[in-house]
Amino acid sequence: MPILDVKGLTKTFGKFKALDGVDFEVKKGEVFGFIGPNGAGKSTTIRVLLGLLKRDAGTATIFGQDVWSDAVEIHRKIAYVPGDVNLWPNLTGGEVIDLFASLQGEVNGKRREELIVKFDLDTSKKCRTYSKGNRQKVALVAAFASDAELFILDEPTSGLDPLMERVFQQCVEEVKEAGKSVLLSSHILSEVERLCDRVGIIRSGVMVETGTLAELRHLTRLNLYVELNSPATDIGQIPGVHELVKAGDGWKFQVDGDKLDAVMTYLSKHGIRRLESAPPTLEDLFMQHYGDVTGRAEAGDS
Amino acid sequence: MGRSMAGNGRLTRFIIRRDFVRLFLWVVSISVVTLAVPLSFQELYPTQEQRNVMAETMRNPAMTAMVGPGNLEHYTLGAMTTHQMLLLTAVAVALMNILLAVRFTRAEEEAGMTEMIRSLSIGRSSPLSAAMTVLLGVNAVLAIVLWIGLTSLGIEGMGSSGALLYGLTLGGTGLFFAGVAVVCAQLAESARGATSLAMIVLVGSYVIQSSGNVTESVMIWLSPFGWVTSVQPFSENNGWPIVFLVVSGVVLGSIAGILQGKRDLGSGFIHQKPGRAHASAFLKTPLALVLRLQRTGISIWAIGMLILGLSYGSVLGDLESFFDGNELLANMLTGNSDRPVAEQFLPMLMLVMAFIATIPGILALHKLVGEEKKGRVDSVLGRRVSRTQLMGGYVFVAVMNGVVMNSLAATGLWLAGRSVMAEPLTIATVFGASAVQLPAIAVMIGVSSLLIGIAPRWSSLVWLYIVYSFVTLYLGSLFQVPDWAARLSPFGWVSEWPSESVNWMAEGGLLAIAAVLVVIGLFGYRRRDIL
Repeated sequence: MPILDVKGLTKTFGKFKALDGVDFEVKKGEVFGFIGPNGAGKSTTIRVLLGLLKRDAGTATIFGQDVWSDAVEIHRKIAYVPGDVNLWPNLTGGEVIDLFASLQGEVNGKRREELIVKFDLDTSKKCRTYSKGNRQKVALVAAFASDAELFILDEPTSGLDPLMERVFQQCVEEVKEAGKSVLLSSHILSEVERLCDRVGIIRSGVMVETGTLAELRHLTRLNLYVELNSPATDIGQIPGVHELVKAGDGWKFQVDGDKLDAVMTYLSKHGIRRLESAPPTLEDLFMQHYGDVTGRAEAGDS
Repeated sequence: MGRSMAGNGRLTRFIIRRDFVRLFLWVVSISVVTLAVPLSFQELYPTQEQRNVMAETMRNPAMTAMVGPGNLEHYTLGAMTTHQMLLLTAVAVALMNILLAVRFTRAEEEAGMTEMIRSLSIGRSSPLSAAMTVLLGVNAVLAIVLWIGLTSLGIEGMGSSGALLYGLTLGGTGLFFAGVAVVCAQLAESARGATSLAMIVLVGSYVIQSSGNVTESVMIWLSPFGWVTSVQPFSENNGWPIVFLVVSGVVLGSIAGILQGKRDLGSGFIHQKPGRAHASAFLKTPLALVLRLQRTGISIWAIGMLILGLSYGSVLGDLESFFDGNELLANMLTGNSDRPVAEQFLPMLMLVMAFIATIPGILALHKLVGEEKKGRVDSVLGRRVSRTQLMGGYVFVAVMNGVVMNSLAATGLWLAGRSVMAEPLTIATVFGASAVQLPAIAVMIGVSSLLIGIAPRWSSLVWLYIVYSFVTLYLGSLFQVPDWAARLSPFGWVSEWPSESVNWMAEGGLLAIAAVLVVIGLFGYRRRDIL
């Protein structure tokens, strides 16, 4: 049974449909990457999962319990880091971490101290004086010091420097090794690629793709560079070839995963002298889903 | 100076344009109150005889401590206005200047706006000098408006020279505290720290003035408010303490300029000491968090309510003579004239104190909406905390505030009354008259809970209801407001004990309504989206 199960999740604000039938699940011991640009519905989904917003349709369960009616029970085993960490200006970071621990129920004092050192946080300062990154550290220390089974992290690294991002990634890897699950919302694709087992891409409130990175790559385009013995001027005409550019002695282009066979057959007729291929990055995948929005806009302009 | 003042004029205009409404409202509200008071005095005490009676009731140390000395021998309308209003208005003007000065200087710096502005072709001293220029202008405008306004009232005993001094005293006080605040803005590292520091100076000055004037010692010259009470516009017309105020204000402004030249942007001279690295054993529950966040506000309100009670209590001794001389106020009393005047007057005093005690109750509850708007509720509700538990904590603190504040005011009244009255009120009478107000306060908290739970966007409407209640009940007894209008307010159902017997049905009904409203509010809060 999945730790987190969302089916047909719909949420509207007035006339605006923020979520329109979102489906995904997070399995035990898995890091699930939840990616999409700002305003796609990531935070809305997360706030529904935390029982802060009431869904209009669909089901959403965590540990098999309903996220709305059993919220308090579920939160016992959840650690949440909001995207925009707002803290009480007149409490110190240390006070907030301890308060959060008390509200959670489980306190792991040793782990708390370790994390404070790792994240290099001055806990005796008032939250008023903290930068965005430092406020995020407070929330991260509180989350990772807890004994949660599921970590819900909403763009947790947006204010952290690369060193601290690294510490964060180690923390995620550690909880994963301990068999815990993570829902990581992000738009930093390298981070998602490094940490996540499976990925869901959300766009305008609709989950457009979910699967492992390998599965998603299968759907996407491969980057190819070829040099041919005989000149081939009509590569651009082959179905499935995109973004063709002349590069030095050869050609650079992208191929749709399912058209690769046909393209290779065509190319081999011209005698392949050199062939380089690069796996599609998540960024390519992302651009493929969002790129056509800009493409359409350009077409409209011309 | 030279280039360090570059762009001063443009910044000055920018501040005025950006905060025009704020500046306008401050000046207008202070002016309206100042001009309305002598008019109402003229209405209430038309003859010199009545004013002399009023002067007699003012002849006690508690009054002197609160409003300073007055010309009680020649208690003209002008002398009366100066005595009862000038010092308190000066405090309001000081407050206005502190809040505005910190807003224009340290708050801007803290928010990073000053950094942006200083990166432009603007001199280093310009943000500070522009702030001082605006405040100088605001105080000057206030002085002129009051001078012209008070003169044009055409009230006997309120001549043009007195009016000028009245206005200048307030303007000078403003300038002085603007100077204090900009110095504090250099010393402290945060806007909050700067405001607190300046407020300490304000409260300290007031206390020195109080003890100085009560003991008639030279101590008053240590306090700007002592200078204020030395002017006595409309009677002595002693103008030179105003020079002290203005000169000190300018000197303080220059000191701020020198201090600013010695520090880095964003830093101060008083460094914040490190706070706790761990939460105390107390800070473990949502309720503890609410109390921790509101403890400063609650303490200040508690002290204020005690002082309010003491000041009301201190006039109880002179009540009888007071009412003999004033028919209009006597009308406000509730029938049954065979009881002592103090007892007849008690329900009215308790009503006013209950209204004021409602405010900290509602404020405490409204912090929940504030927390939601600032996005801090998510971090609490995202943990093992139910919405009922969270809002329940706020309701609890609201009710606690209402009960504690109302009782503290009653305590103050009882303590002061005991020392000034020949036949003091019994403790049971005072606290009984205070306690009958509590169900009405509870209903107000209930209304507020209901709005927060069901229609958070409209949560401020409860203030309108409180204002409505105050107008119909307090002023209603003066202006014959129909009975049903008063009954639309929970305070309209409160028994006027000890003048009349307690209506247990009404009191119980109010409590029941309050409970129902709170429950509906909690239920609504559980069901709605967190914004």
